Amino acid sequence: MNQAIRHKKVFPWHIVVFLAPAVMIYSVFMVFPLLDSLRLSFFGFTPDNKEFFVGFQNYVKLFTDSTYAPRFWGALRNNFVFFAIHMLVQNPIGLLLAALLASGGRGRNFYRTILFMPTVLSVVIIGFIWQLILNPLWGVTEGLMKLVGLGALFKPWLGLPQSALIAVSLISVWQFVGIPMILFYAALIGIPEELIEAATVDGASRWHSFWHIKFPLILPTVGIVAILTFVGNFNAFDLIYTMKGANAGPEFSTDIMGTLFYRTFFGQQLQLGNPAMGATVAAMMFLIILTGVLIYMFFWQRRITTYEL
Amino acid sequence: MSDPSPVRTATFAYRLRRFLGSLIPHLVLAGYSIFALFPIFMILINSFKTRKAIFGAPFELPNTQTFSLIGYETVTKRANFAQYFINSTVVTVGALLLILMIGAMAAYALSEYRFPGNTLLGLYLSIGIMIPIRLGTVGILRLMVGLNLVNTLAGLILVYIAQGLPLTIFILSQFMRQVPRELKDAARIDGASEYRIFLLVLPLVRPALGAIGIFTMIPIWNDLWFPLIISPSAKTATITLGVQQFLGQFVSDWNAVLSSLTLAMVPILIFYVIFSGQMIRSITAGAIK
Repeated sequence: MNQAIRHKKVFPWHIVVFLAPAVMIYSVFMVFPLLDSLRLSFFGFTPDNKEFFVGFQNYVKLFTDSTYAPRFWGALRNNFVFFAIHMLVQNPIGLLLAALLASGGRGRNFYRTILFMPTVLSVVIIGFIWQLILNPLWGVTEGLMKLVGLGALFKPWLGLPQSALIAVSLISVWQFVGIPMILFYAALIGIPEELIEAATVDGASRWHSFWHIKFPLILPTVGIVAILTFVGNFNAFDLIYTMKGANAGPEFSTDIMGTLFYRTFFGQQLQLGNPAMGATVAAMMFLIILTGVLIYMFFWQRRITTYEL
Repeated sequence: MSDPSPVRTATFAYRLRRFLGSLIPHLVLAGYSIFALFPIFMILINSFKTRKAIFGAPFELPNTQTFSLIGYETVTKRANFAQYFINSTVVTVGALLLILMIGAMAAYALSEYRFPGNTLLGLYLSIGIMIPIRLGTVGILRLMVGLNLVNTLAGLILVYIAQGLPLTIFILSQFMRQVPRELKDAARIDGASEYRIFLLVLPLVRPALGAIGIFTMIPIWNDLWFPLIISPSAKTATITLGVQQFLGQFVSDWNAVLSSLTLAMVPILIFYVIFSGQMIRSITAGAIK
């Protein structure tokens, strides 16, 4: 008893010791730079590198200036296309593969290992691999398409402004399909067998029991996959930088927010880098991602019913 | 009950459906597996061929006439891959160990002790799960310049620790909450210090530490953004950046390009094949949600 009372009075230094390293590193290298970056989006720099407050001028410039605005709106549009392709192609394929893996049967572990393999490789490697595979000089893709009689349809997709963005998006889909697959798979095998058996006894087909029993049960995972895709896509950079360079060619057709941010911050051939405008682009990315996260948290998570299994 | 024929047709139809029901998933999975492996396979086999064979017969395996290591020779002569590899290893292993240690300490404090601001601090630390650290790049570069950490591996390690901590703390504190209270209280009665009790709890969450370790490692090893921005010098380039720059210079040397891609892929693929079982099990067991 006596000891317990004494214990209470002593300042709990151990809590501070446990928390201090994490809180310090996280605050100094993540939170502070992020806030500093948001602050800089309201500042300009004099030629001798002194900061001065400019209010919303950087934003106005980004939205309306003839050098910035077309690039910004273009990158934003492309980024939504990039995201839409992931949502419409990557996540349904991920769900299909997960459903097949979760249906049991021989060789599932083997398939699972293979299907997740591209996901662990660096985007730089994947980007170059596909650049080679699609390269008309090497002719691998064209050769394969000729084999099935579609040779005439081959085009250097990565080089054409109409198709480059779709091609790059599909390459990203090819690489990252493992993530929704594995998340859906984990959710699907978590569903108790009895539930499905009960439905089967009642005469439900596999198709029916998937869409009417399993799918509603994994809705929380659908939301997680969607928000992870959104955040990942609006933060993407590596693949396009690797395949198309900082200029996201041809004619900026593959330019997304990440490459725009890099170019604005560091500059490119004719234009000098501009930290304040770079910070403004980053602030826009922050706003977009934050909006997505808030929609997920307040609309999706509140609306759907989560079943305890 | 007496007429067997409808029963027999029913079983036949049932068997056929069952057979197709197991065959079609196999076909789809096998087909997609080929699609996932084919590009990787093409790079691997062609990296061991002569330039002529790469273009003449891209789909064939290397044979005695077409086998060549010229690409690997160029890579070893021209690129400092050994240095890049060491840099990547130092950064990844360094960041990983510190993330696990610092993260476990914070997770323990958040899950074990009640103190004012506990929930708020937990929320503050989890902002970084959803908000990518890259958005603060302008600030990070300014900070690195101020701290003289540009073109150092230490700068990279610090950024990766900050990047890895939020999810690590979030997951580990869930696991630590499940450690029975009696265990810790028994140790307390025996007079163990709080630090000792932490070291006692740590081995109990080892599976979670392993899973987090693997999932934190891969993005750090593969990252291009931060090496490109805060440590692009030849001395501090990581393997991902080194490969990217090497490939940029040697675009037209197909042997060198294919060989360097193979060299960059193989360590990760070996690592993955060894740990894939544990990795996938950890997600499916709900370690990462």
